[in-house]
Amino acid sequence: MIIPAHYFLILSAILFFIGVFGFFTRRNLVSLLISTELMLNAVDINFAVFNAYCHPGLLEGYVFAIFGIGIAAAETAVAIAIIINVYRNIHSIHIKRLRELKH
Amino acid sequence: MDFTLSILALPLLSFLTLALAGKFMSHKAAGITGTATLTAVTVLAYATAAIYFGAGRTAEGIFATITPFNIEWLPLGDTLSIDLGIMLDPISVMMLIVISTVSLMVHIYSLGYMKGERGFQRYYTFLSLFTFSMLGLVVATNIFQMYIFWELVGVSSYLLIGFYYTKPAAIAASKKAFIVTRFADLFFLIGILIYGYYTGTFTFAPQESALIAASGVLPTALGLMFVGGAGKSAMFPLHIWLPDAMEGPTPVSALIHAATMVVAGVYLVARMFPLFVEYAPDVLHIIAYAGAFTALYAAVVACVQTDIKRVLAFSTISQIAFMMVALGVCTSADPHNGGLGYMASMFHLFTHAMFKGLLFLGAGAIIHSVHSNEKMYMGGLRRYMPITHITFLIACLAIAGIPPFSGFFSKDEILAACYAYSNATGLFMSFVAALTAFYMFRLYYLIFWGKSHYEEQKALYDAGRTTHKPHKPHEAPATMTVPLIILAAISCVAGFIPFGRFISSNGTAYAIHIDKSVAATSIALAVGAIFLATLMYKSGNSRITRGLNSSLRELMSAAYNRFYIDDLWLFVTKKVIFNCISRPIAWFDRKFIDGTLDKLAAGTQKAATFIRPVQSGNVQSYSVWFLSGALIIILVLIYLA
Repeated sequence: MIIPAHYFLILSAILFFIGVFGFFTRRNLVSLLISTELMLNAVDINFAVFNAYCHPGLLEGYVFAIFGIGIAAAETAVAIAIIINVYRNIHSIHIKRLRELKH
Repeated sequence: MDFTLSILALPLLSFLTLALAGKFMSHKAAGITGTATLTAVTVLAYATAAIYFGAGRTAEGIFATITPFNIEWLPLGDTLSIDLGIMLDPISVMMLIVISTVSLMVHIYSLGYMKGERGFQRYYTFLSLFTFSMLGLVVATNIFQMYIFWELVGVSSYLLIGFYYTKPAAIAASKKAFIVTRFADLFFLIGILIYGYYTGTFTFAPQESALIAASGVLPTALGLMFVGGAGKSAMFPLHIWLPDAMEGPTPVSALIHAATMVVAGVYLVARMFPLFVEYAPDVLHIIAYAGAFTALYAAVVACVQTDIKRVLAFSTISQIAFMMVALGVCTSADPHNGGLGYMASMFHLFTHAMFKGLLFLGAGAIIHSVHSNEKMYMGGLRRYMPITHITFLIACLAIAGIPPFSGFFSKDEILAACYAYSNATGLFMSFVAALTAFYMFRLYYLIFWGKSHYEEQKALYDAGRTTHKPHKPHEAPATMTVPLIILAAISCVAGFIPFGRFISSNGTAYAIHIDKSVAATSIALAVGAIFLATLMYKSGNSRITRGLNSSLRELMSAAYNRFYIDDLWLFVTKKVIFNCISRPIAWFDRKFIDGTLDKLAAGTQKAATFIRPVQSGNVQSYSVWFLSGALIIILVLIYLA
């Protein structure tokens, strides 16, 4: 039996909003990074699902999903580097301490 | 005549040199720089006069107007432009002679008078600036150039009156002079602009057709120009600055406030004379009445002043008013028929510059010697200062109108012109001329005769009744007496210059002839007035003087206070204008205009404070805003599509 498409879409929506919730509520930069990953993964799921259900003969969606995973990895590397530098500068990765953007 | 440009360039150069390098020069070097420049200028001015008048008359029998140099400085329209240049005609050449001569005398004199003063270099800097401006004013090719230099002489006058800038009275006087003349100059400028707008040119002689087209507004324009001239020439009621201007160094008073700058107004009217006579004869007659009143007023006030420089200042006002009257009584441009006043006015300007310069320089020598301006310190000086005494006496005789001194001839022409206009004017001016003789000889006797203040003090000191050893008056040094002698010599012979051959209202030659009845009347009046002054003041304190003092106490004190004209001005400006106009305007400005802008600024600031927390620097709150925004846009798109 074929699993209906909206199951996957509900999953990805749940995953996305868990990420959003985490992004809004957590105060630790690493937690924020993890939340972003969740949102990205939700997007990847969407790509794969729409490819499989709407255009079964094509591969673009899968390719984009793989792209997304790759970019997420690169983004994580950059983000970790930034977090380390932030820590070196203010000896904290608590988000409330990072208000320099205001100025 | 290309060299005439250096008449202007040399004093300017001297001004720049002294202004930039004066600080590094010794007093002597600065004084010599200024004086040497002026000597060169004087030589050039005399050469100009010799060449100009030597060239002879044109076929029409007049001296041609030459413009050796002219550049368009600021084009304003098709025909209207502001030019800078040099124009030579009989009156400008005559003024070149007057200015350079008196200025040279003052430069030489100041070497002695200002010796050792702080700011000696500054003094010569300003003198050079003044000479440059005054020369530029008289040779102006158009009324706007005249106005530019007019303001420049105003500024140099301001700087020189305030030369002793540590003295509050000098500061106040310089401000007063500047503000009062500037106030009058506003009318001058409006007059110029009306004139330029309607005739299409700033030159002194516009096209005939333009003049006819503008004839409706010409009286207004010329009248406004006269107000400017009245400010500079200290006509009633704008005369209030001149007596106070005596706070400046005395040679400056001689140069600026007696001989040259204050006659600029007369020169302006003379310059515009053809237009006045042709298009605004009524304005000309108003000038005559204003001048006649000023002459009487200043002469009366001069009779009771105690500061010798103020007596001379009021005398200057009165004499300039004579020149104005002479111009004002002209009814045509023909010197034989109603136009005599023009020549008489210029003649008197010339002789007055010499003898009034002499009087001021003489007064300077006296002040230099007794260290005061007040008459109570004078008296009996003829024994101590023989040269000053003789030259001062010559100047007094000249201004009183005793032949053969120069003032007699020029004043006689003025009186003849007044009698030709109307007998009433003539009699009025004869009376003022008699007053002139009276107050000048009152001054003369107060200074040189009577009890010597020095001897009285010395007697007290010798008797041991005062510990203050009096200072013995002494004759001035040669640098000061030589200019006195030169000017006295000029005052003796200037009357015999056949002035009408050089200058007359329509330019043609005019032979001066003494009107016997007028001359006899004025000599009789002058001799009578001198006799009266001798009776009253020669012995110091006579019975007549005491009697007059007590019977006319109120009149005397009113005249001493200049008939309260200064107080009237103060009342009008401080009480009326400040309270009724300036304060409401200031209130409106502060409360309404400033208030509106202040409220606007405060509103902006309030709005800013209100929305500022949004920019918190908190990444998470940014992302909330971002996401909510994105969601709203998506929802809108979905429901609209």
